[in-house]
Amino acid sequence: MIGSILEWLTSADTWSGDSGLGARLVQHLWYSLLAVVIAAVIAIPLGLWVGHTGRARWLVTLANSLRAVPTLGLLFAVALWLGPKFTSDLAFLIPSVVVLVVLVIPPILSGVYAGVEAVDPAARDAARGMGMTGAEVVRQVEIPNALPLMLSGLRSAFLQVIATATVAAYVGLGGLGRYLIDGLKTGDYVSTAGGALVVSLLALAVDGVLALIQRLVVSPGLTGKASLTRRRGMSAVSAEVASSDGGSPLPETNRRISS
Amino acid sequence: MIRFDNVTKQYPGGTVAVDDLSLTAPTGRITVFVGPSGCGKTTSLRMINRMIEPTTGTISLDGQDTATMNEAELRRGIGYVIQHAGLFPHRTVLDNVGTVPRLLGWDKKETRERSRELLARVGLAPELADRYPSQLSGGQQQRVGVARALAADPPVMLMDEPFSAVDPVVREQLQDVFLDLQGELGKTIIFVTHDIDEAIKLGDQVAVLRVGGKLAQISDPAYLLAHPVDDFVADFVGRDRGYRSLQFQPTPRLPLANERTVVLGESVADLSVPWVLVVDDAHRPLGWVEPSRIDAEVRTEHLHRGGTVARASGSLRGALDAALSSPSRRGVIVDDSGELVGTVRAHEVLSLIEAADRPDEDRASALAEEGS
Repeated sequence: MIGSILEWLTSADTWSGDSGLGARLVQHLWYSLLAVVIAAVIAIPLGLWVGHTGRARWLVTLANSLRAVPTLGLLFAVALWLGPKFTSDLAFLIPSVVVLVVLVIPPILSGVYAGVEAVDPAARDAARGMGMTGAEVVRQVEIPNALPLMLSGLRSAFLQVIATATVAAYVGLGGLGRYLIDGLKTGDYVSTAGGALVVSLLALAVDGVLALIQRLVVSPGLTGKASLTRRRGMSAVSAEVASSDGGSPLPETNRRISS
Repeated sequence: MIRFDNVTKQYPGGTVAVDDLSLTAPTGRITVFVGPSGCGKTTSLRMINRMIEPTTGTISLDGQDTATMNEAELRRGIGYVIQHAGLFPHRTVLDNVGTVPRLLGWDKKETRERSRELLARVGLAPELADRYPSQLSGGQQQRVGVARALAADPPVMLMDEPFSAVDPVVREQLQDVFLDLQGELGKTIIFVTHDIDEAIKLGDQVAVLRVGGKLAQISDPAYLLAHPVDDFVADFVGRDRGYRSLQFQPTPRLPLANERTVVLGESVADLSVPWVLVVDDAHRPLGWVEPSRIDAEVRTEHLHRGGTVARASGSLRGALDAALSSPSRRGVIVDDSGELVGTVRAHEVLSLIEAADRPDEDRASALAEEGS
């Protein structure tokens, strides 16, 4: 079985053509990206607003309750409702994307909200007290500090959407879901397993790319990478003591003999 | 000059945090708000830069009503230091210090130079500039907080319990650095603390607030210790106020006795006195030794370390403490360079104390006049 999957994966026939694996991969990525971008455009500003103002926290709760909606059921409902209103491929694409957007708004929204919420209240207070406007607090303090949680929300959104975008095939769309659904229908288990494998690999690859981006954009001050230099930090403590003892004149109060 | 006129803060639930507060914080001086929790000291401070808006009354800065000023501009012109420093974890120490200059639109190079200069001023090593706050100790973070507040050279500073979250030794260092800085810079400072000792050490003027946000007493620290206005203030300033008030009385000329000394490494075997003072080559006192217990030359481990050293130009409190803590009962007095000038006995300090006047009404009224 494994041998035949590998053979299927490595054969040129599998990859070539408009309905080949290459094209399917691109389609699959395209649906996923479209859904995540739309969801991010909705959820990031909303999460920042809720986190910054502390208002309307119920929005986050509501979004999280959306996680309970069964994706496949929603897909058929939306397809039946919207499908007839469009001709062309849009009749399939729009319902699929709507469903995927609903799926990934919750992880993105909670990530952003939790990230902003977790910003040290003292840092936020200092930012305002030094004269940052609301927008400056968001841009210069809240977003940079929320980035680790924001990005992990985005990563889990991508993982979910790549896994779930296979359902688009149910309503006649392309993507890697075709191999799963068609393969199951025709009893071609090699391509079913191969397709599933490719979906998993794609999810891992995208997650890897995002992890790399996360390393690049998140400040070392937040990741604990900075603590690798702890030994230097220790000598800094003694540097402080030395500088304040040696640097400032004898304090007004008494000094111990020979200390 | 910061002026409160009948300022009241009442929250929607009816709680009154600050009740009809009127006072003046003179330019170039440190005014400390002190009181138990719930006395409205932090609320009063935060109303100055409008982090909290007063319900009624006005607060003015050099005659201008703050309510008429743009919030962000007002705050950029006021240094702000808070209890846990509130450094931005994602920014390096240097970038933290440069926050306000960048908000004001200074160019990058100018900001970095100014920030480095300030780090040096608050006693931080230059190599800390590229660290992140999580790599610093609490005391270092607080120094960065002070440097950050000073970055754009604001004439006014608001400090909300800035030193209360660090251990006592570091707190004392920070207070000394702070007083040194203030000596050079002469900012108008409002300083909030719950610690009366800190208030007395740092304040040119101390405002004691009682629960419910009422001003109980405002005066210079020496007067406050000598003449608490009522039982609340008397209780709050505490038991040792007689002793503590000595720190405000500059030492008159002390009746110094010459002290027999030995240099570290010399032999004391032939000395028949119970205690002898050991000094280093520069004649700075190191500690007392008992010659009867040592049969060879004096080494560091023989030194008795219990005694304190007072400066001749310091306070009577220091001189008295030096005498009381000395094993020989003779208090060690040094000059400003740390060189031994002589010793003094407790009863001699006490007669100086008895001869001195207690701080009287004139001092409090003089300070009030200066402020107006």
